[in-house]
Amino acid sequence: MERFFDEELKNLHKDILKMAVMAQEAIFRSVEALQSRDRGEAQGVIDTDDKVDELELEIDERCIDLIARHQPMAGDLRFITTGMKINAELERIADLAVDISQRVLELADKPVLKPLIDIPKLSVIAQDMVRDAIDSFIEKDVDLAKKTVFSDQEADNLRNLVQDELINDYMAKDPSSAPRAVPLLLIARHLERICDHATNIAEDVIYMVKGKVIKHHSGELS
Amino acid sequence: MDNISAIEISGLDLWYGDFHALKNIRAGFRERIITAIIGPSGCGKSTLLRVLNRMNDLVEGVRMSGHVLMKQEDIIGEAVDVTGLRKKVGMVFQRPNPFPLSIYENIVFGPRIHANMRRHELDDIVEKSLRSVLLWEELKDKLNRSALDLSLEQKQRLCIARLTAVKPDILLMDEPCSTLDPQSTQRIEELMRELKKDYTIIIVTHNMQQAARISDETGFMLLGELIEFGPTEHVFTSPDDRRTEDYITGRYG
Repeated sequence: MERFFDEELKNLHKDILKMAVMAQEAIFRSVEALQSRDRGEAQGVIDTDDKVDELELEIDERCIDLIARHQPMAGDLRFITTGMKINAELERIADLAVDISQRVLELADKPVLKPLIDIPKLSVIAQDMVRDAIDSFIEKDVDLAKKTVFSDQEADNLRNLVQDELINDYMAKDPSSAPRAVPLLLIARHLERICDHATNIAEDVIYMVKGKVIKHHSGELS
Repeated sequence: MDNISAIEISGLDLWYGDFHALKNIRAGFRERIITAIIGPSGCGKSTLLRVLNRMNDLVEGVRMSGHVLMKQEDIIGEAVDVTGLRKKVGMVFQRPNPFPLSIYENIVFGPRIHANMRRHELDDIVEKSLRSVLLWEELKDKLNRSALDLSLEQKQRLCIARLTAVKPDILLMDEPCSTLDPQSTQRIEELMRELKKDYTIIIVTHNMQQAARISDETGFMLLGELIEFGPTEHVFTSPDDRRTEDYITGRYG
């Protein structure tokens, strides 16, 4: 039986996807700005963030309204509460893209410290993880969500690699490199945090689909 | 919440003539919690409730098989002392049904049947019973007034007090709030939370939010079968059976 409520849930789903597209675009543009040292692109990401924040509030209000008016149960309840959490994760992801863009602005007028190798790799992992997390939400695909959760380790390892290199090979040897090394270090940290948020989304999707909480127990995933 | 079972049902079938109203029911109702039975009209939930104090015996052509154990005793069968059973297992109905007597007489009606008591003992029972349903302060000076003059909510509380007066183990409630306004409903629900400290409560309700609010365990019935039975938070957030999900999300029934 098609319910009136289903239409409202579909609209909520659409808005969450819109939020996802905005967050993904923000990461993509901030990473592009980093690689091409493009100030305009970085500033663009920062300027667009207000729209992301607005949509976040709108989705939140809509979820609260749906809970108050429909008192959803079971799968409906899990969808709405998960939607609220994913919404918050996406907003944080977009904020991290803004953070990356700010670092890009800090670096733009300084000479290049080193060719970027691992940071672009990390940015690919971050974008893939966010894409997979969103796809797992759209397709209600628990296997894809699990794959996303597992990818997080790779991101952590790569972040550590970048950190070690910047600290040991640059800052320790030549302290004057710090103003250029620290923003890169932070960018690696921002990208790794994006991966953490993608992991949270994937864990939320598993709860939404299976009703099973796996957060903080990722050993129980398999 | 590891309470022991107050009622253990296994292989329970019930027929009204040719109509198979309960099909192979198996369930354990735990002591001193609230268990809600939900399901669409005609699913058998009231029939199941009425098995527990043998109210169905009053229906012509009813047949039962299986086991319903209360404190090791099977209450299905000819030899059961039905009057004794109904003292242990009281029932609250949809529409409060006080006797056309005074408030006092309504409460002492049961105790008088079951034992020969002195006036001061009866007075004591009236006070305790009215206190148990939070009516004592309101009514202590009006005990001789007709119970029929009370508000609907007060009548329902009085009917519950009439049960607690005979010290039952189990309270069965069949849609106890369906004739009450939301405020009265809320107060009866609060009363139920108080009562579960001393009684095992089983409630049949059409109001899913009510079941979700007040019960510790929930059973979902459909077409005479107990489809799902478990902790309320589980049934209402992640039911195991698709049919439960469809019912509680309003896709069915």
